Amino acid sequence: MADRVGIVEVAMTPGAESKDNFLDQVFRTSKELLDKAGISRDEVGTVVSASSDVFHGGVSCASSYYWDAGAAFLKNASRQDGESLFAFIYAVMRILSGNYSTAMVLGVCKGSENPANDMLTHFFTDPFYQRQIGLNETVAAALQKREYMTKYRITEEQCAAVVVKNLGNALKNPYAHVKKRVSVEDVLASEMVMEPLRKMECAPKSEGMIAMLLAREDVAVKLTDKPVWFKGYGSSMDHFYLGDRDLLNGQLGTAAAKAYEMAGITNPKKEIHVAEICEPYSFQELLWCEDLGFCDRGKGGKLIESGATGPGGKIPVNPSGGVLAHNPYVTRGLYRLAEGFLQVRGQAGERQLGRKVTTALAHGTHGFAGQCHAVVIIGK
Amino acid sequence: MEKEFNTFKNVIRLPHKYAAGPTYTKFYNGLKESKILGTRCPSCAVTFVPARSFCPKCMKNLDTWVEVAQEGEVQTWTYAGKDFFGIPGKAPVVIVLVKLDGTEGSFLHLIGGINLESADTVKKALRKGTRVKAVWNEEKKGHMLDIKYFAPLSKKR
Repeated sequence: MADRVGIVEVAMTPGAESKDNFLDQVFRTSKELLDKAGISRDEVGTVVSASSDVFHGGVSCASSYYWDAGAAFLKNASRQDGESLFAFIYAVMRILSGNYSTAMVLGVCKGSENPANDMLTHFFTDPFYQRQIGLNETVAAALQKREYMTKYRITEEQCAAVVVKNLGNALKNPYAHVKKRVSVEDVLASEMVMEPLRKMECAPKSEGMIAMLLAREDVAVKLTDKPVWFKGYGSSMDHFYLGDRDLLNGQLGTAAAKAYEMAGITNPKKEIHVAEICEPYSFQELLWCEDLGFCDRGKGGKLIESGATGPGGKIPVNPSGGVLAHNPYVTRGLYRLAEGFLQVRGQAGERQLGRKVTTALAHGTHGFAGQCHAVVIIGK
Repeated sequence: MEKEFNTFKNVIRLPHKYAAGPTYTKFYNGLKESKILGTRCPSCAVTFVPARSFCPKCMKNLDTWVEVAQEGEVQTWTYAGKDFFGIPGKAPVVIVLVKLDGTEGSFLHLIGGINLESADTVKKALRKGTRVKAVWNEEKKGHMLDIKYFAPLSKKR
């Protein structure tokens, strides 16, 4: 790459229901970002937003509602639907195009206002072959979980251990939505939602407004003495019809391979110091760890048992609490990236890892059972 | 306790209509005749079931039609003991992926003809590899649920 692109600053809201309305939250988050970075709105070159306005907001058309609240008023700017990390890479490319020295990424989601997650995800299906059978994101995840458990003898206890770890980690994260000390027994005793998936194994419905400032290298180093550089990116999308896919060998491996190659990473187990990954359902953290190369295929259960993915482990995964602790549906990928950014900077507060963190991985997924994956590598 | 600020409620009803196009229409017409139809890619030879009009990998039109088997093996399933939004019919239901004989992928549908009282009763009748067969509704509407469900084959067969 001709120029490096750095993340300069991040601002984000907590996941619990806010008394503020949507626009005020967008405005305050955007303003907080500019204040923290010490620049005016005029100095922001362009804005790329991530949102799903009609589905997740029931409001307006694309970005037209929140544009002026999001520092994008009258700017040459754009919006991205789908995985929010797409908005990040779009903003990176606008800087690399040479036309902008700074770009703001804005992600908006006020989950507390929405109907139940699966009332929306039911409509993410096609109206012909899958909607008529009642498919939604949790049904797809339950089908995937049983297949995973059957094929690799993954246990209910191993899946529940992800919930125990992540909700426990979230106790140290002021932005997390669900945070508590729970036991494997508590998880196993929670209500069966879609057998074999229990309520505590499914992510909540959260709020999450997030803004991130990116800058070209020469500008980034003037704005902060702690820029975190963009190093690599990869994404891949599998078949839409669930039955066409191998649910245990999806596209995360492909996405990760592209991101690792771009970042020059050959041994992710050693070179990735923290991974913030998107696990809307407990067992998916185990499966995604396999795809990311943190352990061999089928060994995700053993990996969490070993403690390697805990905050003091060899490859800490979701020290923030992950998506099980905070699920702003539309912006969860950007939240993972923000957490990776804070860890690299050494500014993750109580959840800052004890180990040295120079390289972080952020992962986002959308679609059912990991249809689409995006991976971003950042570092010093 | 009264909230400090107002909340406005709004229920949005949006009537849509969806063009099925020639391929999906032919598939649904097949269901009316108690046939499950797929389309085969001339390039990679994958059979797509339910029928699709194109192969995303080879970028080929799929106009080779095949009637596929109505029997196959259970890949995975989930049990819902309570109604949920979009549920086909009423709880309890079992949603399943069935690998129909002679096809590469799996077919998303329902399981019936067994005791659905609880996930445990279902587990007694169903596991990975259990042989199942399509059971049809008498009255056909050109809908996925013209197939009433897939039921396990008796072990004698």
